[in-house]
Amino acid sequence: MLHQVINPKADTAVSVHPDFGAHSVAKISAERVNVFYGEKHALKDVSVSIAEKSITAFIGPSGCGKSTFLRCINRMNDTITNCRITGDIRIDGQDIYARDVDPVELRSRIGMVFQRANPFPKSIYENVAYGPRIHALAAGRAGLDEIVEQSLRKAGLWDEVKDRLHESGTGLSGGQQQRLCIARTIAISPQIILMDEPCSALDPIATARIEELMEDLRQNYTIVIVTHSMQQAARVSQRTAFFHLGSLVEEGDTTTIFTNPKDQRTQDYITGRFG
Amino acid sequence: MTDFTASAGAASALDPAAAQKRRAQRHRANARFRLYGLAAIVLAVAFLAIIIADITFKALPAFTQSTLQIDVPLASEFIDPADAKAGDYDGAVRAALRNQFPNSTTKADRKAIGSLVSGSAGDPLKALALSDPQRLGQTVPSNVLLSSDADLYAKGITASVATAAGIGAAKPSGVSGPVTIEFAQGAFANTPGIDRESFDATSPALLIAINGGVVRINTIKGGRAEGESLVPLTSAEPASSGAWRPIFIRTPESQRKITDLQVAFVELLKDKHVIGSKLNTAFFARGDSREPELAGILGSLTGTAFTMLITLGLCLPIGLGAAIYLEEFAPRNRLMHLIEVNINNLAAVPSIVFGLLGLAVFLNVFGMPRSSPFAGGLVLALLVLPTIIIAARAALKSVPPSIREAAIGIGATHQQAVFHHVLPMAMPGILTGTIIGMAHALGETAPLLMIGMIAFITDVPKNPLEAATVLPVQIFLWSDLPEAGFQSKTAAAILVLIFFLIAMNGLAVWLRTKFERRW
Repeated sequence: MLHQVINPKADTAVSVHPDFGAHSVAKISAERVNVFYGEKHALKDVSVSIAEKSITAFIGPSGCGKSTFLRCINRMNDTITNCRITGDIRIDGQDIYARDVDPVELRSRIGMVFQRANPFPKSIYENVAYGPRIHALAAGRAGLDEIVEQSLRKAGLWDEVKDRLHESGTGLSGGQQQRLCIARTIAISPQIILMDEPCSALDPIATARIEELMEDLRQNYTIVIVTHSMQQAARVSQRTAFFHLGSLVEEGDTTTIFTNPKDQRTQDYITGRFG
Repeated sequence: MTDFTASAGAASALDPAAAQKRRAQRHRANARFRLYGLAAIVLAVAFLAIIIADITFKALPAFTQSTLQIDVPLASEFIDPADAKAGDYDGAVRAALRNQFPNSTTKADRKAIGSLVSGSAGDPLKALALSDPQRLGQTVPSNVLLSSDADLYAKGITASVATAAGIGAAKPSGVSGPVTIEFAQGAFANTPGIDRESFDATSPALLIAINGGVVRINTIKGGRAEGESLVPLTSAEPASSGAWRPIFIRTPESQRKITDLQVAFVELLKDKHVIGSKLNTAFFARGDSREPELAGILGSLTGTAFTMLITLGLCLPIGLGAAIYLEEFAPRNRLMHLIEVNINNLAAVPSIVFGLLGLAVFLNVFGMPRSSPFAGGLVLALLVLPTIIIAARAALKSVPPSIREAAIGIGATHQQAVFHHVLPMAMPGILTGTIIGMAHALGETAPLLMIGMIAFITDVPKNPLEAATVLPVQIFLWSDLPEAGFQSKTAAAILVLIFFLIAMNGLAVWLRTKFERRW
């Protein structure tokens, strides 16, 4: 039951976004989400739908709220004291802020990759095996070995590390560490992978590898990526959302956003006039 | 030079000359500061070296013990074979020693001879006789402990003595009573410092060991020395060159605990080569004693070990639990802030206050045994707890938050994130803080005085509820005693304490490097 839904009794007639076409459904839908850090109003009335098995990019200048919104999707903001969230975020139609939703269970199905590669200071094997182990996803040692190998293969890291699985994960290069973090995320078989500027600390070659990987992962996972690089957003994503000063300014097909934006601010940002 | 400054400075500064002057000043200030730092380090290291060297030098005598090798007859006169337990083994040892000096028979002589060996000199013989009753009635070769006074004299600590073979023949006038010794010119050339003509109790003393006896000299005139015998000579024959020797004691008799008579006996025993020196293993194997030669540190060492175990056993779990809760789980509100501030305040409370608290609460309210390592451990735990909490919180705080996020991001609970990832990374810091705190507790004296751990206890404690003392208190006790023998014991105990402190700090460094993971 790796891909169990949050609440099997929830309404299965998930909303279909008008823009997605007949075969695409909204995996995540947000309605009027507001986030406050103490007095600071960090996110204002954001409403957006994110399509299943596609890559959605969040772009915008620093401090525009895109990372904040990303962290709302797996309730990582719960760990921040005096952070208050209003509005409605649904995954597969289920309100993830409902009283009966366990954020720990939620996070086991929404993987997250962070800006700075943060492997545990343990062996490569242990890094990948940790998630399956705490969620008891593997039957015995052999099952765990299988999950570790599959996850590393999907993350495109297997060939590079198969002979040194028991060496420290922190000894890898920056790009390899980030792919290890992706493998660690894949190992718990999430439906959604959130990526918070995953390539900002990597060189162009390592970045290219991660982007290829994202393209492969798109077949099976819903991916949301926050990025500072508009080229990256244009290269990897199918849909793009532009945030500015805590508001969602514009959202749509990536090609449309980059070639024919409706809003003047989007136009100014993608042409490099600010940000 | 001026050309260079003018051309180089012109491009970069408004006033090239002033700029260069300022730059030179800045370089000088830099060099001056480095010099100050270096001087401070050199000074600190020098003081440390002086202290350690001084303590070590003073402690060395405590690590050896002088012994007397004599054959002791376990005669029925002293030990009744039917009741070996009640025998007078000390008396047997003293009698054997007196037999070495058949001509010294006065009461003063007997007393002086008896005072050369320890008050418990017969204990090993008693143990031997009780384990092997066959030895009763036999003559047993024995290593007898010297008394502290004789021991310190034999080691050359309490009196400054010069002695060397006399040159030329010496002729005594008699064997006992007043004796005049005639000697050749320059007879004392090997023994420098003998430049006075009369000797008494307030001046340096001159003894002459000759023909198996000892003469104390009162006056020297020309080639004649007049004095009286301390130990009767065996003959009045002239002694050949090298067969006699002067013993020049620079410390006047009135300023030392060992009398000329006792010195005479010790010197004669030295001539017989029966005084030896062995490693003082008893120092590490016995409890405290009023006799310096019997006093050891095992009692206080065991007390320290029990106390530290109690302290560690309480501090580590409680301190770690408190630190993890405060750092990771506690809500950030006014109450928690108050608690945090007060933990920091507790770390600065004078230790004697914790002692008073222990006395009032642990002893008087809960009725815990006085002087026990258990109560001591509790008091020290109170003392160390704030230190450990603060150190552990700092260590937890230094773990990058990305590790917590990584664990929580794949669905670990907060507790799993802390115990699986944060705590292992914080462990070197926590252990270092704990060991530093324990080292602090190891050297603590004042609070333990309040709960009665200053008692004079000769038994080595067998469990943490028995009365005991600890190393620093033992040092405090010994440093207060008038007997010269305890001076070296005090220094030796300090050395042992310093050894443990360095060992604990070494352990802290080792743990830090072993468990430190680079992030």
